Amino acid sequence: MAKSLSPNGTLARRRFNTKTLVLTTMALPGAIWLLLLRYLPMFGIVLSFQDYKIYTKAPSLINNILHSKWVGLENFKFLFATTESWVMIRNTLGYNALWIVLGIIFAVAFAIMISEMTTKFAAKVYQTLMFFPYFLSWVVVSYFVYAFLSPEKGLITNLQKNMDLDPTQWYSDPRPWPYILTFAYLWKNLGYSCILYLATITGIDSSQYEAARIDGASKWQQIRYVTLPHLRPMIIILFILSVGRIFNADFGLFYQVPMNYGPLYPATQVVDTYVYRALMSMNNIGMSSAAGLLQNVVGFICIMVANSIVRRVDPDSSLF
Amino acid sequence: MERLAGKRTWGGTRLGAVSVPTEIILHILVGLFAFICILPFIFTVIISFSSEASIREVGYSFIPIEWSLKAYDTVFDLGLQLYRSFFNSVFVSVAGTAFSVLICILYSYVLYRRDYKYKKFFMFFSFFTMLFGGGLAPTYMVCKNLLGLNNNYAALIVPLLVSPFNFIVMRTFFRNAVPEALIESASIDGSGEYRTLFQIIVPISLPGIATIALLNMLAYWNEWFLSLLYIRDNELIPLQYMLMRTQQQVEFMVNNSGKIGPELSEAIRNLPTDSFRMALVVIIVVPIAFAYPFFQRYIISGLTIGAVKE
Repeated sequence: MAKSLSPNGTLARRRFNTKTLVLTTMALPGAIWLLLLRYLPMFGIVLSFQDYKIYTKAPSLINNILHSKWVGLENFKFLFATTESWVMIRNTLGYNALWIVLGIIFAVAFAIMISEMTTKFAAKVYQTLMFFPYFLSWVVVSYFVYAFLSPEKGLITNLQKNMDLDPTQWYSDPRPWPYILTFAYLWKNLGYSCILYLATITGIDSSQYEAARIDGASKWQQIRYVTLPHLRPMIIILFILSVGRIFNADFGLFYQVPMNYGPLYPATQVVDTYVYRALMSMNNIGMSSAAGLLQNVVGFICIMVANSIVRRVDPDSSLF
Repeated sequence: MERLAGKRTWGGTRLGAVSVPTEIILHILVGLFAFICILPFIFTVIISFSSEASIREVGYSFIPIEWSLKAYDTVFDLGLQLYRSFFNSVFVSVAGTAFSVLICILYSYVLYRRDYKYKKFFMFFSFFTMLFGGGLAPTYMVCKNLLGLNNNYAALIVPLLVSPFNFIVMRTFFRNAVPEALIESASIDGSGEYRTLFQIIVPISLPGIATIALLNMLAYWNEWFLSLLYIRDNELIPLQYMLMRTQQQVEFMVNNSGKIGPELSEAIRNLPTDSFRMALVVIIVVPIAFAYPFFQRYIISGLTIGAVKE
């Protein structure tokens, strides 16, 4: 018995190993990509602590890194020494905090309003139209904004002229830009989060509303005690995700929409645009890496803290 | 999504629905915002059909004095660069989508297989990159100097090939669409892993694959950041980047028009006109605008699945 079993056992084990091997080959293309384009650059973090110089004798990334001078925290010191850095940190955190709150309020409100409509067709048309901007690139959006704000021909500029007002110099005056950016952000992203909330509302069992109505609940009470509690997990998930990215900004929004105009930087410079400009225009790789590292570390801490708080308060809603 | 609205009305009665005046207010509020969402695009289309004289006279306007098709004539006369960029956009979108979907199917299938030994490892391997990364500068240095993603098509395709978010979406699709018994029985019938995946699993997961493909296609079509980082040659730039650079060139010329000699003012006279640039925008948006109502359903199912935690 034992003798006849063992060949079978080996066969089964070999088949099992082959299976593991074959499945591993399936994961390889993705895994290699992650290794090269995500994990390898993590070693590049050393650049934040270096005064990066090209090693002229045999220039290659690795030689350059090996022969560049180690400067410790110099780059970070420089980063915080400038007023510019405080402006970009203020802008990044300020816009994100404001937009997280506004985004949730407006998207939930629109989702509830659409779900209360009795004309199915109209609700569907609204949804489709609201989702449309999500599919456009910021380059295209920057042209849309330009059509309204162009200093010579923009629609709003012309309206101001026609009403004998001094036309606002939209592309050299940073003051209106917090409003413009907020509007552009909500315009492009509301449709997306609105649809996520709508999908959740659709999934609510209608008998809960019937029961609430029989108990004499008004429409407001139904929203307050049935709809909103059901939306809570989705709100929390989207909230954690955005808090985790509170130090990240949508590069396209801040770079394309203000069309990269220098005078607008006080209102439009964020960490992401700074990291890009330090790298590409100033060619200061150390500073750029330092700012990027700071961004990633803060983001990592934020998402971990947000998630662990949520896990303690409401374990089912936490992300991981 | 069909059942999204009006779910709680029974047979046309208004039992349990909001009152008629309230509903009218809802339609005004939501309708207004929905209209604002589409308005700038309509405006751009109108500008692209306005004559240059009209734009000089009244600026960009919803009611131009004179209509004209000239912008589109110029766009298609322009020839080489436009066709070249259009080709680049299409090529990068198609090739990028094909490769990224293939990689995504393979990787997420492995994550889906409960009996796979290293499932947890590969899950963490991709999920961790959503939480932490090297940042733009190190990634740029590695891509450009070590991986050779420099001024070539690969630089426009490779950096967007993998998305851990899509892996999670696709794995959820597999979980919903594929019963695990199916894989067992295929394996008992002696089907190899690759054959099982491509001949049995893929055909029944097509809606999920369509979602991933459309999300990727959209990402590639709208891509301009990679060109900004890695591309120098005009032959390689896609439409989005061409559009972005046209604007910068015009701004540069106009802003410096006071300081330049006669040969450059000649160049200014030949600058792409306003209606021409808006026509370019329309050409980029039209494929999305027309395809979007049809594939919206897939995108929505992908996004709603992706937002639900694993």
